Amino acid sequence: MNALTLLLMAIALLGFSGLPACLLPARSAGGQRVTTGLMVCGGLLGLVGVVCARVAAPAPALSLAWGFQHSRFSVAVDPISVLFLLPIFLIPMLGSVYGLGYWRQAEHPANGCRLGLAYGLLAGAMALVVIARDGLLFLVAWEVMALAAYFAASAEDDKVEVRRAGWIYLIATHIGTLCLLALFALWRQATGSFALTAGAAIPSEAAGTLFLLAAIGFGFKAGLMPLHVWLPGAHANAPSHVSAVMSGVMLKMGVYGIVRMTALLPAPAPWWGPVLLAAGAFSSLTGIAFAIGQRDLKRMLAYSSIENLGIIAMGLGLALLGRAQGHAEWVLLGLGGALFHVWNHSLFKSLLFFNAGAIIHATETREIDRMGGLAKRLPVVMVLFVVAAAAICALPPLNGFAGEWVLYIGLFRTLGLGDAPGAPAAALAAVALAMTGALAVACFVKALGAVFLGAPRSASPRHVHQPGVAMVAPMVLLAVACVLIGLCPRLITPLLDAAVGAWSGQSQPLSTASVVPLKALACAGGALVGLLAAWALVLKANRRAKPVRTGLTWDCGYAAPTGRMEYTGSSFGDSLVKLTVFLLWPKKNQPALHGLFPKRSRFKIIVPDTVLDRLVTPLFRATGRFLPWLRVLQRGQTHVYVLYILVVVIVLLIWGNLER
Amino acid sequence: MTNLLQTILVLVLVLNLFALGTSRILSLIRTVALQGALLGLLPLLLHGQHSLATVLTVGPTLALKGLAIPYMMVRAMRDVKIKREVEPLVGFQPSVILGALATVFALLFAGQLPLAAAHVDTLIVPTAIATVLTGFILLTTRFKALTQVVGYLVLENGIFIFGMLLVEAMPLVVELGVLLDLFVAIFVICIIVNQINRAFSSLDTRHLVSLKE
Repeated sequence: MNALTLLLMAIALLGFSGLPACLLPARSAGGQRVTTGLMVCGGLLGLVGVVCARVAAPAPALSLAWGFQHSRFSVAVDPISVLFLLPIFLIPMLGSVYGLGYWRQAEHPANGCRLGLAYGLLAGAMALVVIARDGLLFLVAWEVMALAAYFAASAEDDKVEVRRAGWIYLIATHIGTLCLLALFALWRQATGSFALTAGAAIPSEAAGTLFLLAAIGFGFKAGLMPLHVWLPGAHANAPSHVSAVMSGVMLKMGVYGIVRMTALLPAPAPWWGPVLLAAGAFSSLTGIAFAIGQRDLKRMLAYSSIENLGIIAMGLGLALLGRAQGHAEWVLLGLGGALFHVWNHSLFKSLLFFNAGAIIHATETREIDRMGGLAKRLPVVMVLFVVAAAAICALPPLNGFAGEWVLYIGLFRTLGLGDAPGAPAAALAAVALAMTGALAVACFVKALGAVFLGAPRSASPRHVHQPGVAMVAPMVLLAVACVLIGLCPRLITPLLDAAVGAWSGQSQPLSTASVVPLKALACAGGALVGLLAAWALVLKANRRAKPVRTGLTWDCGYAAPTGRMEYTGSSFGDSLVKLTVFLLWPKKNQPALHGLFPKRSRFKIIVPDTVLDRLVTPLFRATGRFLPWLRVLQRGQTHVYVLYILVVVIVLLIWGNLER
Repeated sequence: MTNLLQTILVLVLVLNLFALGTSRILSLIRTVALQGALLGLLPLLLHGQHSLATVLTVGPTLALKGLAIPYMMVRAMRDVKIKREVEPLVGFQPSVILGALATVFALLFAGQLPLAAAHVDTLIVPTAIATVLTGFILLTTRFKALTQVVGYLVLENGIFIFGMLLVEAMPLVVELGVLLDLFVAIFVICIIVNQINRAFSSLDTRHLVSLKE
């Protein structure tokens, strides 16, 4: 049995994992266990298939006629697919296990079965997207993925904001698909078939159009600013294990699309790289700036996804720049860094969403400013959150650092070359990356401090639900993976090298290990872990030696302080929000205080999405006011409709006559 | 043979004008039945040799257009107890004038079309266009559901004449399939006519506006 057969079987298992549960009662826990069991089987089978594809001789591509002209059901695995397939099989599998504790079917009889079905379908469709080698098959898989994600994300469709977020997602994803339809139609016109194989002769203007369509169409899915409008709402309102898959894996399908298309297109024009570099830099800076302003934990994570996808886009831009100018090192470090970050982000962002789910499960709120003091109540979640937050802030010795380090080295390599065209863009991207990193630290310090430290800010966290084993085990696994890859990046770099080789079409690719001092990284990381462990031991010994005093930290001379008087996440983030006020445009509801004893009043600050709430929504509203005029045409009288037909027929007759 | 063909086509054109000018629904139905029956004979005249296929087309066409469909419509008319079309959008005399104009337009227009040599001298194409336009005039200016059905039949007759150009190329199955479609459509509409009458106490299709959302 070859790797491709295994993968197709895994896809079928994942895709149909939710079906048996639909036949069982809606409240049955057994149904959910069957679904999860099938998901785990499918995921493991898929991982075995991926390993086979990597280790064994390359599997021959499968190509079957499936009833469409110019199109065949053709699938194949190459190193780029392998790299994306790993998270596709890993994260949904873990998420399904997590769902056993987080989204018990017995507690959600209205949507449990449906969610299970859509969730499995989402995973299967994503895997099919990655191995499809035919434009039509790709589009079909892409649409199934998009729709399955819609049904999974709008599981709680009894809530207004869930429905609203679902609609926005559906509209945005279909605008993206529209670009992809145009993309593949042009592709078919340029190459004569829908087959996605490299080496076709495409004129350079057509290639430029194809690149732009791919960047926009896939950019919608990847959530690059300002195409991100659907992302925060959908991520915030989906069940957490669905958010994890959407953010950790589905956004990467956009990245995959851009990587695949740029691999298929002939030599890139010099402007492609700077375009992606600029889009990535803009996305990452604005994404993290918005993240700091958020009060909703999951919205914050969603904006941080936009930031991370921006970082990935910067890496892709560098790789395109390198390929256009013939610098193999830029390609290696840019694409290698980008793909490394794809992996890292799918690990730590899924972990963060799982964490957020555990926190929401415990406190029954998503608002950061209502949490607080969870460190003592959810110590395990706190430790895992610290690991994930450190990883996403690219702090050593975790995987985020290793990935961004590769990218930094790549961006700095462009410096010594004087006036190579495009090099200034790369240099500026390095600055943007550094600023993004600093802001990310601020963002997650805010989250960590407001959620876990201090005293509880509202009554609800007083009775917290502890996460069960089913929820904790996937999180621990992800955290271990983060640490392991951070300490030993060599685990993943061979995969990256192979993918870069496949992308740039070189038979003898450079290896990351020869350019980046990975060994030094591993040693430094190990030393850091050792230091941390030693420090922890010293602290523990100190605590044993001295008696522990408990009391108020600082009560400002006030006799009866409450949790509400603490600094909140918003007050922490306010100074940073002020810095980017021209971009975030926060809505402040600030009472004017008069006299010595001012009246009771409320203060409120929210950071709406500038693009969605101030541009897209008003635009759609205006269009909505204009369009009813067209209803004049709908008279409801059949003979008027027949008259329309007659008029059209006569116009066509006359027009045809004039043409002659 | 050609003379007979031309005669029939001229008759069809005259029947078009008659259909536009009459207000009694019964005579309208009879006119269209006669027109359908005449058209049913066309395949026999158009081609010298009578293959089994032409005979197989002619039989069902005559039976359906000449007998079955008119019979169904007359029954529907009796059921709903309506005899006349009153207050059409365009009066009966103006309708006839419109129909005549449409016929002239069809004749002029067909002269401009790049036709096959065999069809240039016959009236087939102008008659087809004129009949289609007549059907459209009936459909757009009459309000009773039954007269609209007749308009639809006239429209279909026009398309049938066009089909005569392709009688060699078109397989028998397609021809019979179109006939079957027509039969089923009229069958269903006759039932619906009854329902409309019951729901709105009238056959005036303008009442259907209330179904608009």
